[in-house]
Amino acid sequence: MEILKIDKVVKRFHKKTAVNGISFEIKKGSIFGLLGPNGAGKTTLIRIITSILNADDGAIYFNGEKLNEFHPGKIGYMPEERGLYKKMKVGEQLLYLTQLKGLSHNEAKSSIVAWMKKFEMKDWWNKKIEELSKGMQQKVQFICTVAHNPKLIILDEPFTGLDPVNTELIRNEILQLRKDGATIIFSTHRMEQVEEICEDIVLINEGKVILEGNVEKIKDDFKESKYHIEFYNQVDETELEGLEIVSFDGRDLVFKTIKESSSNDILKFFIDKNINIKSFAEVLPSLNDIFIKLVTK
Amino acid sequence: MNKLWLIIKREYLVRVRKKSFLIVTILAPLAFATITFGMGFLSTYLVRNSTKKILVKDESGIFKRYHKQNSGYVYTFTDGELENLKQEYSVQGYDMLAHIPVYNDNSGDLKVKYYSPKKPGLTILGKIESDIGRAFKEYKIKKSNIDRKILDMLSVKVSLENAEAIDNAGDKTGKISLIISTALAFVMGFLLYMVIFIFGTQVMRSVMEEKINRIVEIIISSVKPFQLMLGKVIGVGAVGLTQLFIWIIFIPVILFLASVFFGHVPQNEGMLGMQSQVNPEDLKQFPINMIIHEFFSLNWSLILPAFILFFLGGYFMYSSLFAAVGTAIGDDQGESQSLIWPITVPVVFAMIIMFNSIENPDSQLAVFGSIFPLFSPIVMPARLPFDPPVWQLVLSLVLLIMTCILFIWISAKIYRSGILMYGKKLTMKDMIKMTFGKN
Repeated sequence: MEILKIDKVVKRFHKKTAVNGISFEIKKGSIFGLLGPNGAGKTTLIRIITSILNADDGAIYFNGEKLNEFHPGKIGYMPEERGLYKKMKVGEQLLYLTQLKGLSHNEAKSSIVAWMKKFEMKDWWNKKIEELSKGMQQKVQFICTVAHNPKLIILDEPFTGLDPVNTELIRNEILQLRKDGATIIFSTHRMEQVEEICEDIVLINEGKVILEGNVEKIKDDFKESKYHIEFYNQVDETELEGLEIVSFDGRDLVFKTIKESSSNDILKFFIDKNINIKSFAEVLPSLNDIFIKLVTK
Repeated sequence: MNKLWLIIKREYLVRVRKKSFLIVTILAPLAFATITFGMGFLSTYLVRNSTKKILVKDESGIFKRYHKQNSGYVYTFTDGELENLKQEYSVQGYDMLAHIPVYNDNSGDLKVKYYSPKKPGLTILGKIESDIGRAFKEYKIKKSNIDRKILDMLSVKVSLENAEAIDNAGDKTGKISLIISTALAFVMGFLLYMVIFIFGTQVMRSVMEEKINRIVEIIISSVKPFQLMLGKVIGVGAVGLTQLFIWIIFIPVILFLASVFFGHVPQNEGMLGMQSQVNPEDLKQFPINMIIHEFFSLNWSLILPAFILFFLGGYFMYSSLFAAVGTAIGDDQGESQSLIWPITVPVVFAMIIMFNSIENPDSQLAVFGSIFPLFSPIVMPARLPFDPPVWQLVLSLVLLIMTCILFIWISAKIYRSGILMYGKKLTMKDMIKMTFGKN
């Protein structure tokens, strides 16, 4: 069952069409990548999902219901441009923002306290945001996104500005939240992060969907029969006749096969020539390669 | 509704809890008292005591004979050569050299030439003119053999008194009631002017803060932009009302304490003398209890509620515009200046009309100013103590409320679009587009 269904959504600003008839669905309990270069329309689409903007055309369904005023309370949104009241204390600020999502004072408080305990920041309740380091502020920002137990969490470039420790921490929390039943939309232009944690993606460019589906499947679709082999000893280039060489330095070879052939066929090719193989792998295209290829097409 | 309440509560508490709020609330009445005392002191002592030394070459001999050395200006007479005197008077420590020509009874107007290294002020010139004039008048009285007594008899001092007030409360109260009304009119008009500016800019800055530190996007993913704007305007307005009520309690206390210590009401001297053209000498004739009695016998059951209504109307109308301007700027706070002037101009105009209408509460300008909604929140309160006709009051309020709603609607439109536009300063054209275009 899908938690979110985007149906032919259109949004125009004066003369520019930022979102031009986008449709896709997001499965409940998945981690979904919303990808696209800067200016593709990602943020506009997210703002429509979070009810900040109204679509000019099309519709959005949340849990099968057309988006209404009660849904924003079930969505947690961390914008790319982070922001908190600098002069306000951590506890008060989280209470305020969580209550705005519709929780009562007590519900909000117990949830915030639990999260602060988890992030080892129990003593920060009375600290002002401006007294915190960047990394600490990011944690507060994350709690503010999830403290109201949203069913759908939208993270716009969540790892920007995070150090490796915090990146790992937030990554684990995202995975945990999914386990607990939340759905996560992950908007970014950083492909390597998406490959690691997303199952499904949609790639948008200039306001339109140009690719969507399961990450593994997409990679498989875009593979080019490319292989990477390392040898133990120096190999003479004359022995590699019949291969389309991408790069070669005597011991390290990347090539494409000309005819359709299996891994076994390829290994046999080298074994027959009595060449010692140190490692062998099929090279799958990275999402980054696919992304660049599609976007610059 | 619950969310709106949360926003109002936050906006209110954040401000009221600040140290600066406490300081301003307590210090403002003190500053008010200090300034009025100070102005009274300055005008009474410093100005009076600033003596000018004037060297006079009097070829008529009349000024020398008839002048009285009591005006704070020291006149020294000389018979030296004018050319030499021109060179020397300032070296010798004189502020001015005056040359009175030969005068005979057929000369008509007297033209006195003066030399001064600096430009003398108009008051100084006026003072010297009247000193010389008085001496010449004295000379002419003597010369024409007019009896002083007859002369004194010729002038009659006239003062206008309100007949009803005299009938009701004995003599003199009519005038004091007028003085109090004038002072109150000024205070109320000025207070509203301050409120619009101080709290209007607070709303603007608060909108700018949320936009600049980007938290607004998180908030409007939970509440509607209109709720946020409204909550902000109400919250800040509540802070203003709180401050106002504290002052309403505080200022009479200070006035009372001052009256205990000083026996009369010196505060009013500077204030009235400087700003509302009431002669402070007039006030000294009245004992404090009469002033207090008159103060409380004003039509407060009309003045107070009307004042609060105009306060709210004016505040909401202007602060919603300030909120719209707050969204229009980019990341640089300095950019707001060019967008603020369309708001500032009517407020300043209103202030000028307000001054005018205190002197002349029933003039056409005053009536227009107190009904035209952009001016009425400042002008009408200043007319309240003078019992304006009820139809004007009602018309003014109705127009104000309608304009208020219109402005909040326009501002909400600009606010909703402007709040998410980063890194770009909006122009007037953009704002008009936002108002009339679709979202």
